[in-house]
Amino acid sequence: MIRPISGLGSFGVRTVSRFGGMTIMLGEFFYALRKLPRSMPLFVEQMYQVGVRSLPLILIISVFVGAVSAWQAAYQFKFIGAPLRFLGQAVGKATVIELAPVLSALVFAGRVGAGITAELGTMKVTEQIDALESLGINPVRYLVMPRILACLFMVPLLVTFANFISIMGGLVVSIIGVNVSSETFLFGFRDSFKLTDFLAGLTKAAVFGLLIGLVGCYEGFRTRGGAQGVGLATTTSVVTSSVLILVFNFIFAMILFRL
Amino acid sequence: MNDDATHNLIEVQQLSKRFGEQVVLDQLDLTINSGDSVVIIGQSGTGKSVLLKHLIRLLAPDSGRVLIDGEDITDLTFEELLPIRHRFGMLFQSAALFDSLSVEENVGLGLKESRHYRANEIHEIVMEKLDMVGLASAADKHPSQLSGGMRKRVGMARAIAADPEILLYDEPTTGLDPITADVINDLIVELNDRLKVTSITVTHDMTSAYKIASRIVMLYQGKVQFDGTPDDIRSTDNPVVQQFIHGRATGPIQVR
Repeated sequence: MIRPISGLGSFGVRTVSRFGGMTIMLGEFFYALRKLPRSMPLFVEQMYQVGVRSLPLILIISVFVGAVSAWQAAYQFKFIGAPLRFLGQAVGKATVIELAPVLSALVFAGRVGAGITAELGTMKVTEQIDALESLGINPVRYLVMPRILACLFMVPLLVTFANFISIMGGLVVSIIGVNVSSETFLFGFRDSFKLTDFLAGLTKAAVFGLLIGLVGCYEGFRTRGGAQGVGLATTTSVVTSSVLILVFNFIFAMILFRL
Repeated sequence: MNDDATHNLIEVQQLSKRFGEQVVLDQLDLTINSGDSVVIIGQSGTGKSVLLKHLIRLLAPDSGRVLIDGEDITDLTFEELLPIRHRFGMLFQSAALFDSLSVEENVGLGLKESRHYRANEIHEIVMEKLDMVGLASAADKHPSQLSGGMRKRVGMARAIAADPEILLYDEPTTGLDPITADVINDLIVELNDRLKVTSITVTHDMTSAYKIASRIVMLYQGKVQFDGTPDDIRSTDNPVVQQFIHGRATGPIQVR
């Protein structure tokens, strides 16, 4: 009787202290931004590591996201008897508002968030982070700030790329599989496209990027133990940022897309 | 402070630290004079490394304080700690080399990030320090290409790169074969003599302790159990110390 209640309580305390710790690290991140010129080479390196090297993965998932959304939209249209000339509208809206930002962010959390936690977690348990401090180097400026900032910049860029590729994927499926001409599809897409939707998607992407970088660094820095600890921290990092992405996405939906 | 040859460089006052339920340091007092070569011995888990990390505030105490030249470092910010940390160099237990950087970059990183040196000056200093530890030829290698003893020596070169006054060695010979361990011991003695530094070494290797120490401090149950010269420790009748330095499983120290 007592055990489940105390278990719930200790889970609550741990969760609150975790988000408290993340908030502190977020503050340290913003404070360290004033040293950005000094960390410029590290920032550029991280942009390459987290951004450019994620391109192939984002390319592959985007092709299939676009393809399946065109296919499923056509299937639903057939079911409710809607005309197929609206396929471009449906795929375009869904991609720009939801699919590209959310799915890219989730995949990015799995690739980049996990990588950041594993790297920083290993540095933590092998005392490399202590060694940085002993040399008078601020680990937040040297390790955390370039990584979070790179995620913050690169996720919106990757989402822009994902938007384009997904629409192309949808176009190919609509021509080959659904028998909707490219003129009809693209007319529908252009007809429904709103710049504010696109910018809302990018705003979400930037926040998701910040979350992934922050959670990745935070979990890395609080890693304890050896290889097992690093594995655990990496799992926690991906799970936490994935959940946060979906929660924040719903909050964004309520704020940005009023009914 | 009036006698410049030896003064109270480091004062640890009533230092307590616990991790969860486990009390690691319990109101520990310790004073270290400049020029000392102090070796801190004790069983694994008695808080030797924890004590060492408090001296440069890599860990913050639960209560008590650490004074460096009379200045309390307990509540300093990162920026305020910088001048204190620049007076220290530390060799970590597993050397803690940055695996993404070459040996030369590892040794020079602190100098580079301090922005007080030009690139060619850094190169000269790094090569000089690497030469002191006998590894000038390994400058372009990466840590993964080095043996355990070589990593420790690179770690030493990195610790002395900015010419610190105080060197902290965390288990410098642990995990090394006896011959390599002796090379490290010789190196510590040589650096202490040549650089005129104060050194604090944490170890449970008594061979190493006798070789390096001008003073040996034994920690037991979070407190200082013994404090004296190597000759004092050999002749003491303190049963706890006797059990430890002779490595006996039976005695007052209970092995959990």
